[in-house]
Amino acid sequence: MARCLMIDQLFMDPTFKIVIVDENPVRAAILEEGLREAGHVHVVHIDEMSHLLTRIYAIDPDVILIDLENPSRDVLEQMFQVSRAVKRPVAMFVDQSDTASIQASVDAGVSAYIVGNLQKERIKTILDLCISRFNAFSRLQNELDRTRSALEERKVIDRAKGILMKAKNLSEDTAYALLRKTAMNENKKIAEVAQSVVTAAELFK
Amino acid sequence: MNPKRLRIGFIPLCDATALIVAVDKGFAAAEGLDVELVREVSWSNVRDKLNIGLFDVAHLIAPVAIASSLGLGHVKVPILAPFGLGVNGNAITVSPELYAALAATADGNIADPVVSGRALARVVASRKAKAQDPLTFGMTYPFSTHNYHLRFWMAAGGVDPDEDVRMIVLPPPYMVESLANKHVDGFCVGAPWNSVAVDLGIGYILHFVSEILSRAAEKVLAVRASWSAENPDMLRRLIRALGRAAAFVENPANRDEASAILAAPNRIGASAEVIRRTLDGRLKVTPDGTIRTSDRYLLVGRKAAGRPDPVQAAWLYAQMVRWGQAPYSDEMLAAAKAVFRPDLYDAALPSEAPDTAGEPVDGIGAFTGPPFDANDIERHLAASKIRR
Repeated sequence: MARCLMIDQLFMDPTFKIVIVDENPVRAAILEEGLREAGHVHVVHIDEMSHLLTRIYAIDPDVILIDLENPSRDVLEQMFQVSRAVKRPVAMFVDQSDTASIQASVDAGVSAYIVGNLQKERIKTILDLCISRFNAFSRLQNELDRTRSALEERKVIDRAKGILMKAKNLSEDTAYALLRKTAMNENKKIAEVAQSVVTAAELFK
Repeated sequence: MNPKRLRIGFIPLCDATALIVAVDKGFAAAEGLDVELVREVSWSNVRDKLNIGLFDVAHLIAPVAIASSLGLGHVKVPILAPFGLGVNGNAITVSPELYAALAATADGNIADPVVSGRALARVVASRKAKAQDPLTFGMTYPFSTHNYHLRFWMAAGGVDPDEDVRMIVLPPPYMVESLANKHVDGFCVGAPWNSVAVDLGIGYILHFVSEILSRAAEKVLAVRASWSAENPDMLRRLIRALGRAAAFVENPANRDEASAILAAPNRIGASAEVIRRTLDGRLKVTPDGTIRTSDRYLLVGRKAAGRPDPVQAAWLYAQMVRWGQAPYSDEMLAAAKAVFRPDLYDAALPSEAPDTAGEPVDGIGAFTGPPFDANDIERHLAASKIRR
């Protein structure tokens, strides 16, 4: 019920446009999907940084989201300046009373700019969504890194088992039990002991 | 004694020299400080992370420290600058096409900013007459020395920076590429980017900014006023470490070692040779190899460069007023000057006698206009024909 209500609120203005400035296509896709699920139909992703302001002025968005690893954040700051090119005043969402929001968004690695007068509550919903999607992306990346290193460890352990089975004429289970017991005695990870076995075997070749 | 931990943000530029050398050469550790240097990609990030406390201290472009203290353009957070990380160091580089056009119309030596400024006005007028697109110049940030230096030079020549040309913000790493693919016709940026453009054969260094303003505060060590009040001892140690590092770099015998430290990929990440040229003030200014030297190109510690001068803060605030970024008030002028804190510098480095022999009397030394008066900037600005 709550979710439907939120979508209703956001659908009130179908011309509402959001621009995502991010050179990371995966993260941008995750964010874009989240925004669409929340009912935002006009989401434009910019991944090419040349003529950034010209592109943004052409799209004429209500909200601009940019990742903090992007040097072009300084380009967006130019929109605050009084200039002939600006059609509407631009203000950053995070105002002086909202240090918790700025902290959360900087931690997550995203920054939001609003164009024109938008309801604060509405922007907050979008920014919260960004923060959670950016954090989800970081978690995904960490998980991927962990999976990769777990896979590497698995490979080393298999090689060490093979070496022990051959050298000491052991079964696979016994070879693994030996690695595990040594790791426990030396207070090391099985993968570390396995790596020592592999290194030693290389030396004895 | 346990070392005190500090997180310091910086942008990879040659004026981060004192900071990087203080950490990597052990001057900070000798003061009992354990510093983590964090490389950043934008001034907005440095400003925000300093403001919310993710950084204790930052390498910051001087006008941003003032803008943040005055609440211009963003959240108002009082910032103090107790150490100057660099005086001068910027240069104006133009495309080979613009250089040729300026040279063709110059009525004297184009290395003279009076002559080059007038030449720019003629090129602008001729483009207008032919209904060509206005020239575009890149600078690093709305509240940047680069923005003000470009404007000061072109306005003196009769070019209105808001009406006659386009001024756009470009992150320093994108400057060279933008000049190469003709998105901009020229730019003002710090080292090493001007040299990179010349080395690639796509840019001519038209002016060192030291030819436009003899003395121009560039980057400062920025701390939140609240942090400074809570950590006076740590701040004194840090200023001492920076003073030692700056003195180390300014000794020519140490320059090769310093350049090698700075060239590391996680520091400035440019070639040690280009960094050495910058520190020495010996720059290749044309692709065919013409060398221009200046003993003022970048002052890291010489000529009292480390000691913040409130006159510099007043000059920067005057530019904000001139170009419509800030209203004028006596209170704002006083607040801008109060950002620069020579007293904190003196408290940490009491034995250092400032070496100011031969420095400009008004503290600025502009190539044109009346001497700068930090106590009456309205009257000073009244002399400017082009202003907002």
